[in-house]
Amino acid sequence: MSLANSNIETNLTMKPTLDPNWPSSPALESRDSVRLAKSYGLFVNGEFTPSSGNRKYWTINPANEQRLSRISESTAGDVDRAVQAARNCYEKQWSRLRPAERGKYLYRIARLIQERSREFAILETLDGGKPIRESREIDIPLAAAHFFYYAGWADKLPYAFPNRKPQPLGVAAQVIPWNFPLLMAAWKIAPALACGNTVVLKPAETTSLTALLLAEIIQQADLPPGAVNILTGHGPVGQALVEHPGVDKVAFTGSTRVGKSIQRALAATDRRCTLELGGKAAHLLFADAPIDQAVEGVVNGIYFNQGHVCCAGSRLLVEESVSDEVIEKLKQRMGTLRVGEPLDKNTDIGAIHSRQQWNTIQQYLESGQADGATMYQPDCPLPKSGFWSRPTLFTGVSQSNRISQEEIFGPVLAVQTFRTVAEAIGKANNTRYGLSAGVWTTKGSRVLNLAAQLKAGVIWANSYNQFDPASPFGGYGESGFGREGGLHGLSAYLTY
Amino acid sequence: MAQRAKRFTERSIKGEAKRQGLRMVLNMIDLTTLEGSDTPGKIQQLCHKARHLHDNVPDLPHVAAVCVYPNFVSLAKRELAGTDIKIASVATAFPSGQTSLELKLTEVEQAVDAGADEIDMVISRGRFLSGDFDYVFDEIAAVKQTCGTARLKVILETGELGNLDNVRHASDLAMEAGADFIKTSTGKIKPAATLPVTLVMLLAIRDYHRRTGRQVGMKPAGGISQSKLALHYLVMVQETLGPAWLDNQWFRFGASSLANDVLKQIIKQQTGYYPAADDVSRD
Repeated sequence: MSLANSNIETNLTMKPTLDPNWPSSPALESRDSVRLAKSYGLFVNGEFTPSSGNRKYWTINPANEQRLSRISESTAGDVDRAVQAARNCYEKQWSRLRPAERGKYLYRIARLIQERSREFAILETLDGGKPIRESREIDIPLAAAHFFYYAGWADKLPYAFPNRKPQPLGVAAQVIPWNFPLLMAAWKIAPALACGNTVVLKPAETTSLTALLLAEIIQQADLPPGAVNILTGHGPVGQALVEHPGVDKVAFTGSTRVGKSIQRALAATDRRCTLELGGKAAHLLFADAPIDQAVEGVVNGIYFNQGHVCCAGSRLLVEESVSDEVIEKLKQRMGTLRVGEPLDKNTDIGAIHSRQQWNTIQQYLESGQADGATMYQPDCPLPKSGFWSRPTLFTGVSQSNRISQEEIFGPVLAVQTFRTVAEAIGKANNTRYGLSAGVWTTKGSRVLNLAAQLKAGVIWANSYNQFDPASPFGGYGESGFGREGGLHGLSAYLTY
Repeated sequence: MAQRAKRFTERSIKGEAKRQGLRMVLNMIDLTTLEGSDTPGKIQQLCHKARHLHDNVPDLPHVAAVCVYPNFVSLAKRELAGTDIKIASVATAFPSGQTSLELKLTEVEQAVDAGADEIDMVISRGRFLSGDFDYVFDEIAAVKQTCGTARLKVILETGELGNLDNVRHASDLAMEAGADFIKTSTGKIKPAATLPVTLVMLLAIRDYHRRTGRQVGMKPAGGISQSKLALHYLVMVQETLGPAWLDNQWFRFGASSLANDVLKQIIKQQTGYYPAADDVSRD
């Protein structure tokens, strides 16, 4: 006897369906854990103090152009005060501290960053426009990892540089960009403190909030006053800082133009300097590569952080025999990227950082088309207010086009083809920059050969944008000099 | 692959999207029992469950198929008469596949004659791993021919293939030999279906479709017992192959306990409370 009965038969025709753009469920991260002050002062000598000029400017959320808070513009007097505080702390306390004690402070900072990581992540996304997924999974954990890593070196410097008696330099002036605000601060501050230097840091004018939260943590960690000082403001503040005679070491990450002016200003002084500047990295994708993985790597390489990455893989050199397949798959993958509200955890590409940067990107999009390249953008919806750019792909690009020569700092990929290995190397190296490169092939010997031939500080094989505090990072040519991360990163803050 | 697979798990699926997704998952399930201890009574209960997932919730979709051993096909056929629930039968010396081709073909023939709509075969993993790809190809092609109009799902048993390169190779081989579906696992070996393995197979399907224009289905099986994970699979299909595959003609879950978890989630959505384990029937 059958157990089936008949009243259910009508239900058997129910055929479920999904919306065409399924699943679209916004998942906004709550802002509740972040307390924004109405305005912020400077962090000098262990205290938050107003700027002597009392001038303030607004920092905005690039996703909706709403004002977040007011930031103080430092004056030359503030720079003096901060450098003096750093000098005092260096001479009287920090450089005399037992190295293991310095390590303890750094461990404390690292743990506090972890404890308040949610706050940091939301703030980073609000102020900079990057997707919350990235600030939560990459920026903040990596920043903490840098402090942990260099904390470990603080009392082991003689082992890092055997027989060389490493000594700190003094006061380090550090100027950082807006693309990875907290992470860049960590890259700069952690090795400087570990080696016994004190710091005056200037964050980018548009992204000061996480640096100021870091200042709060430094207070909380009870560092000696003056060990870390944070000055907010625009370019002239940075200029006054790096040119200040009381500074022993300058570390800058940012544009090549500013980097050059810093080096000019430091000429004929005995101040040490490291510069981490722009890039125009190439992916070399060979026919034997695992194509789907490579496509994934290329997409992450250029659309990560809206392309606001100095090591972004903004050029793709693909072997001609697989170029059609690769381009088709790139377009398909680009179609699945979601552009929009950075606080939504589904967002893949957030807001362009500023109107100015948005204008720059538009100019390059026009220039690429004017030069005869073919532009492709997926048809994804964009929010109404704020600054947005669809992920963009250019095909039919020539080596002489501006979009294949100049750093765009946006989500724009220029695709070219090659036929031989020699041609690929020639094209990849034909740039003023030399920060990073990606090689996609299953052939190990080819990876090793290319690693030797490509003029780039970092070369990733069958991966891209992989960062670790133990691994040095830095460039050739107009990408700057000096390395950050690993042992190399320590040596920039030591003398022997 | 692991990184890409992780991204699918980070898409949020809530409210109406979750409702649609859960119903879709339910409709894609191959309700399965493949135990040595299976009896006619057990099969009858399974078939009844397939028709009456949960009568207290009106307008539920039904599962796609029941999946049983060949000797229960004719019973299942009778039980499911008058419905469009398909009958899938494992065959070819499931789960190990360690017997002669002749016996395998006889088994397939009997299952088809008894009324199986779909055949889930296993590949000869030993032959594959020893490099005898021609044998594996010919075997699949022969089974396909014996299937007649029954749709053929080819189980790669990815947990025994060792690496993703082999998974990709076996996927290509199975599709070239005529598979209508490729399927990860028997459920008897761990690891069974995982997101990265399924992603590799979906990409193989995409490339095969691009090359030949023929659409091949995908069935991850084993280890998918949570609704949330099943929804992640749907996101992966959506972002890799597109909506054309989001239909039980082209995507299935091989699972025994997933259906109840989905039911519980659907009841939760409708009533606001999470049902106890015994609020749904366990068959």
